[in-house]
Amino acid sequence: MTFIPKPKVRHPSLPKNDLGFTRRDYEGALTTLCAGCGHDSITAALIEACWGLSLEPQNVVKLSGIGCSSKTTAYFVSGGHGFNAVHGRMPSIATGANAANRELHYIGISGDGDTLSIGLGQFCHAIRRNVNMLYLIENNGVYGLTKGQFSASADIGTRAKKGDVNQQAPIDPVQLAMTLGAGFVARSFSGDKEQLVPLIKAGLRHQGFALIDVLSPCVTFNDHEGSTKSYAYTREHYEPAVQADFIPFEREIKADYAEGEALPIVLHDGSRIVLRKIDQGYDPTDRIAAAAHIQERLKANEFLTGLLYVEPGQREFHEVNGTPAGPLNRVPYEKLSPGSKGLEKIISRYR
Amino acid sequence: MSSASQDRVNDFVIKIATVNGTGSASANALLMKSIFRSGIPVMGKNYFPSNIQGLPTWYEIRVSRDGYVARAGHVDIMVAMNAETYGKDLREVAAGGYLIYDSTWARPALLKREDVTVIGVPLAQMCNEHFSGVRTRILMKNICYAGVLAALLDIDLGVIRELLAETYAKKPQLVESNMKAIQLGYDYAREHYRCPLPLRTGKMDRTAGHIMIDGNTAAGLGCVFAGATVAGWYPITPSTSVMDSFKSFADKWRVDPETGKKNFAFIQAEDELAAIGMVIGASWNGARAFTATSGPGISLMNEFLGLAYYAEIPSVIFDVQRVGPSTGMPTRTQQCDLLECAYASHGDTRHVCLYPANPEECFYMAAQAFDLAERLQTPVMVLLDLDIGMNDWMCRDLKWDEAYRPDRGKVLSLEEVVKLEKFHRYLDKDEDGIPYRTLPGVHPKAAYFTRGSGHTQYGTYTEDSGEYQLVVDRLVRKFHTARRLVPKAIIEPAATKTDIGIVSIGSCDGAVREALDVLRTRAVAADYMRVRAFPFGEEVERFLAEHRLIFVVEQNRDAQLRSLLTLETEVEKSRLRSLLHYSGLPISSSFIVSGVLAEVWPGGDRVKLVPSAAVAGH
Ligand SMILES: Cc1ncc(C[n+]2csc(CCOP(=O)(O)OP(=O)(O)O)c2C)c(N)n1
Ligand code: SF4
Ligand SMILES: [Mg+2]
Repeated sequence: MTFIPKPKVRHPSLPKNDLGFTRRDYEGALTTLCAGCGHDSITAALIEACWGLSLEPQNVVKLSGIGCSSKTTAYFVSGGHGFNAVHGRMPSIATGANAANRELHYIGISGDGDTLSIGLGQFCHAIRRNVNMLYLIENNGVYGLTKGQFSASADIGTRAKKGDVNQQAPIDPVQLAMTLGAGFVARSFSGDKEQLVPLIKAGLRHQGFALIDVLSPCVTFNDHEGSTKSYAYTREHYEPAVQADFIPFEREIKADYAEGEALPIVLHDGSRIVLRKIDQGYDPTDRIAAAAHIQERLKANEFLTGLLYVEPGQREFHEVNGTPAGPLNRVPYEKLSPGSKGLEKIISRYR
Repeated sequence: MSSASQDRVNDFVIKIATVNGTGSASANALLMKSIFRSGIPVMGKNYFPSNIQGLPTWYEIRVSRDGYVARAGHVDIMVAMNAETYGKDLREVAAGGYLIYDSTWARPALLKREDVTVIGVPLAQMCNEHFSGVRTRILMKNICYAGVLAALLDIDLGVIRELLAETYAKKPQLVESNMKAIQLGYDYAREHYRCPLPLRTGKMDRTAGHIMIDGNTAAGLGCVFAGATVAGWYPITPSTSVMDSFKSFADKWRVDPETGKKNFAFIQAEDELAAIGMVIGASWNGARAFTATSGPGISLMNEFLGLAYYAEIPSVIFDVQRVGPSTGMPTRTQQCDLLECAYASHGDTRHVCLYPANPEECFYMAAQAFDLAERLQTPVMVLLDLDIGMNDWMCRDLKWDEAYRPDRGKVLSLEEVVKLEKFHRYLDKDEDGIPYRTLPGVHPKAAYFTRGSGHTQYGTYTEDSGEYQLVVDRLVRKFHTARRLVPKAIIEPAATKTDIGIVSIGSCDGAVREALDVLRTRAVAADYMRVRAFPFGEEVERFLAEHRLIFVVEQNRDAQLRSLLTLETEVEKSRLRSLLHYSGLPISSSFIVSGVLAEVWPGGDRVKLVPSAAVAGH
């Protein structure tokens, strides 16, 4: 399949951000995902967030592994470099890239298969290193690209399209990230752009590793009755709709929804996912209490969403490693080589 | 093999048998360094177990006035400090040789050989009397045998003191205690035995302008000088000290004096899958990045190496080879990853490989690897082996050209990007197979999408056969360009005209050179070529074409270099005879000499007509 370049028709009345760019300037290639795939809605949210934050397109670096979800990196901010790495190992590419130049915005896009199976180790270690990046999982409970096998996020009892019922406990990236010490942990839903866009903005602004686990239904392989990750969610084209400015997490928690109110996502086939907006008693700055709360709700088949845990002020990768304030890839060679005199001194130890 | 009984000044082998973890390394280093400081060419090889404490370990010092660096293949003086291996150690001593042992305890009865002179020194007893503390006594026992050898071999005590003073510059009391142990051994030997032995040292001036260094240290140092800023790695013997070296030199030379910030990122990865990913990510983003590993790590890196090859991302990988397959013998040497590295990864891939033969080349090739990787936009693998990497070799002083500046290759600057109508990542504008690249953050116009899946020469996704082929065919052209840029094979013609050739690689070099000298005394002349890089240059093709019988000397079971030569050149297989050494010990010259003589009648040109099965090609 080849891409047809999308004509960039600029209407003079389109709203502009601080850099004078319209949302169109943050778009990418045309999607090749199935019509209605949850991942495409996330793409729309990413475009909205990057535009809203007035990021310089060339400073956006998009990294991914392999999977339908990992294709997302091609579909937004065509003015930024993209890197479709190997399956499950985007975190190491991101770590190296970030080590080389700390000044850019790193957005890693992955799938539940990409992150929770083949890439589980790298995911955990990127968190441990606190690489300054936004790590977004487009979580559909299946391997979309290889045609619908269960992924490690599939819930016990969920039924595959071909009929198998999953018996193994899921790995929840949110709980995992919290135990590993991540400083920004969020969950959202591809169908809730109002919630997702500010989360992406906040994650991009967070110094250190920011995880957003986005439930993103696969309309082709996991959108049937009996699936716990289904959602009849179709959107032929996205329209720039709700405009949400970057809201700091303190306000974000209370925004839009009445406190404590559960938002049931009514799935087209009637199966149950309950997205719960954060209630009043929830403290997203208390790691242990928050983790317990999330777990409790999961037991009741309810996914808490929103910014679930945040700890600003953690030391990110470069601070821990004591690298310079500027990018390593721009340190002049003269500062890197001990020179011929230095070498003479060095080898005198070996005489 | 020469008899050890002759008066041989500066031409003998000492082997020290000890137990791992008893601190014998410093005694052995002291001994070797003191010979080196006396102006005598010397080589040290460590044969150690994959263990931290308790297993037998050996250190071999070859003193060679002729400057031979290979393993000698015999032992003249055995220092038998390990009761467990006494029998085996004694058996290894050449007729007329010497065995030194700790006479504090009675020798086992089985230790009897009429043709070996036994020298007993009550090392433990003396050290127990003069030192206190269990650990100190064990350490000093080792230093004490160095003193015994100093007397027997006539090593200048002044040189030893000077070395100790340098080592313990900050702890002068240690100089005195070490010197005391040296003196104990020295005096005892002089009192009880005729010193020096007929095998002894005598001052020379052949080590000026030389250093003793191991290849891993030199390679890590080369990375500092190359301007590498990102290192991602996962510990594995025998490569770990490449990274240790880089880090210790960087800690000293890369810290900004004003800000205290480190001009490098040193990342211990979770595994080799991640280590290579970090290197690729950092290189893609414009830093010079590298990793060091051994065979098992290369196996894990295979998938990513294919991506870097196809997506054209520079990266530098050191493979310090050890015995395989699988975990093999991690602390023994081999050249067994030649094929794995040349063709690493699935699909049609071929990689640029460099083959240093000694620490000096490790240093220069390390820097060159980065230039080649960035110039060619591809992974470059530098293949050392345990022998080069972890043993101390005497080599010429390392020098650095002040005028050196990294070759960053075809990276477009902001000014160049702005002038472009449109940027296309994989177009072959210069017809050398090398496209232009851009770095993230430069300009929106410079942005492109890096992918391991099918892409067009414009950098866009494709599943079109024609578009796909255009790109992979250009990669072949790029590989042809590499042929011109990589280090050339070193060719040394024999003094007389011959149609016999010897081809070898890496650490075989020392043994081959020594073998050539021996063969000359047996009236066999052979031209010599040492390949230094893959792809092979024209000179390799020519050398192969010009010789009727070619011995390919390498250290693996399956004749991997021979395979590479037959796959990548026009040479007929039948002309290539393999001499394969794969015991895990470094190759010796005698192995090569006997291999050649089995095929060639002394006199040179009359080649035996029936190839012997043992050395025929695989
Ligand atoms: C080493 C390797 N093994 C297997 C694959 C095949 N593969 C491609 S995508 C994929 C699963 C993707 O699942 P997920 O990350 O959940 O993405 P989704 O398609 O569901 O968005 C697999 C197994 C591969 N590309 N590489
Ligand atoms: S298969 Fe599923 S995940 Fe993949 S594009 Fe289609 S809907 Fe999306
Ligand atoms: Mg999935």
